[in-house]
Formats: sequence, structure tokens, C-alpha cells
Amino acid sequence: MESVSNLYHQEESVLKKGIVNGLPIAIGYMPVALTFGLIAGSTGLSVAEAVLMSMIVFAGASQYMALTMIALGSGALEIILATFIVNFRHLLMSAAISEMGEKSSKKVRALYAFGLTDEVFAVASTKEAPIRSHYIIGLGISAYTSWVFFTGVGFYAGSFLPAIIQESMAIALYALFIALLIPSIKKEGKIVIALAFLGGIFHTIFQVWMATGWAIMFGTIAAVVILEGIEQVFFKGRDTR
Amino acid sequence: MNLSIPIVWMIVGMGIVTYIPRLLPLILLQTENWPTWSKKMLSRVPYAVLGALIFPGILSVHENVFYGLFGGIIAILFAYLNMPLIVVVGGTIVSLAAMTYIF
Repeated sequence: MESVSNLYHQEESVLKKGIVNGLPIAIGYMPVALTFGLIAGSTGLSVAEAVLMSMIVFAGASQYMALTMIALGSGALEIILATFIVNFRHLLMSAAISEMGEKSSKKVRALYAFGLTDEVFAVASTKEAPIRSHYIIGLGISAYTSWVFFTGVGFYAGSFLPAIIQESMAIALYALFIALLIPSIKKEGKIVIALAFLGGIFHTIFQVWMATGWAIMFGTIAAVVILEGIEQVFFKGRDTR
Repeated sequence: MNLSIPIVWMIVGMGIVTYIPRLLPLILLQTENWPTWSKKMLSRVPYAVLGALIFPGILSVHENVFYGLFGGIIAILFAYLNMPLIVVVGGTIVSLAAMTYIF
């Protein structure tokens, strides 16, 4: 009995750690969700519809895109198809988590899969494998709460923050990504710099003729594959880590 | 509550097509018996994704390109000093606000 309750407390503390480490995501989502709520109102959605969309879809880029398309008079099927295309990149991220995550039941995986946004993926995946399932669930709880709550606030209050703070909050998610990258660079060195550099370059190139969601996915694949190729050719497959 | 039924169906549809790619690899992929090189490539995805998420998006947080660049440099400094995530994010926001206020 005691070992069962120990295990329970251990999982609980992993969950708490996830929630705490998810706070930077929550901060980063605040301005994005506030703006989404505000624009949703001006697009003609009711507050219930705006909040419902944040509750059920939970994907920033495609929700913004939906608003734009609604304003342009697009039909529901078009919007759903566009959402599918924009979110296709998550196949790659979930595949990476599938490899790096601890063994867990399909039920647990189905639960945290719902919260695997770009940002939750970024925070979770830079942790050393095996990544604990409850940690990912905790990250998702923080991110989701902020996203849904500030969508509602934004609908009514709009930009209640002073312009100067709101402008500077736009940097939050980028600061988060940088904060995740630097420790990995310190630990693993030039391989991480090379991957991030190539990812950024290929995203920039692909963005010229594809939507951002695809450009991120193909940019990532190109970075990983080309680096592997370079290693094979110049280092004869020697592990450079 | 003011919910229009067509909008609700659209939202449900968007939710399903967002959930599917997040879910499928997690419940269908069995990577245990995959060759080492493919596992290595999957484990490298996060860093390439981070690079793609940072660049070129960071340049367009403000109409002035230097705004994002400057914020990026501040974040690098905070992160390099081993500050916790929340301090890097909060510190960058406050520093940028202060900079905007002064100049």
C-alpha cells in the first residue's frame, strides 16, 4: 500500500513541476489569447463561440486563420481543411515525443496529445528523455488555462494592458524558445547550434512559397536530414555528440 | 449563451483535425525497434523546431526589426546566465518595455 501511495505522490510532484514550468508558456500566451478574443469579437463571434474555439481547438495559428477566413466569408469546410494543413506539422512533433516520452498507456498519451502545442512541445522535448507523462500533462494545464481564460478576458477587455507592455509582451514566446535553446547549446554544443541555425534558415526559405505550418515542418525535416548527410559525408557517421 | 450551430460544428471540425496529428504518432508509432539513426534524427527534431520557431518570426514582433533582435539578445543574455525560464521571459519583457520607454 505504501509504495502505491509513494508512487502517487511522486506523480503528483511531477505534475506540479510541469504546471510550474508551464508558467512561462502561460505568460507567453496571454497577449496572443487577449488579441484573439478581441479580434474574435470584432469578427462577429460571440464570447461563447470564441471561448469554445479556444477550448476545443487550442491552436493559436489556426484560430487566427479561422477568424481571417470567417471575415473573408469562407465556408466551414474550407476553414477545417486549412486548419488540418496548418496543424499537420504536429505529426513530426508527436513522433519525436513518442520516441522521447516514458512508456505510458494510450489513455495517458491521448490525454497529453491534446495539449501538445508548439510551445508545450518545445518545453517538454528539451527535457532529458524519458520525458514523464505527468510533466507534459502539467505543462498542458498551464498553457491551456491561460489560453482559454485570456481568450474570454480579451473578448471583453480587449487590450487592457498599457500599449508599451503589450508591445513588449510580443517577445515572450521568442524569449521562451531562446531560453530553451541556450542550455542545450551549453550542454551539447555545436550540434544544437547547427540544428537551430538550419531550422531557421530552411523555415525562411520554404516560407517563400508555403504556409508557415508547412514551412516549419519541412524546414525541420530539411535541417535534421541535411545535418545527418553532412555527418555521414564528412565525419563518416561518427557520432559528433 | 449565444452559440450558432454552424459555428459550433466548424469548431468541432477544427478541433478534430488539430487533435489527429497530435494524437496518431503517440498511439500508433512503436519506435523501439527502429534503427538507431532514425531515433537519433527524431531526438534532434526539437532543436531544429526551436530554430524554425525563433527565426524568422522574431523579426516581425514589431514593425521595427531591431525591436525583436534586441529582445532576442536580451533573452540570450538572461538564458546564458542560467536564469530560470520564467525570469528569462519576464526579464526580457520588462527590459524591452524599459528600453521603449527611455528611447
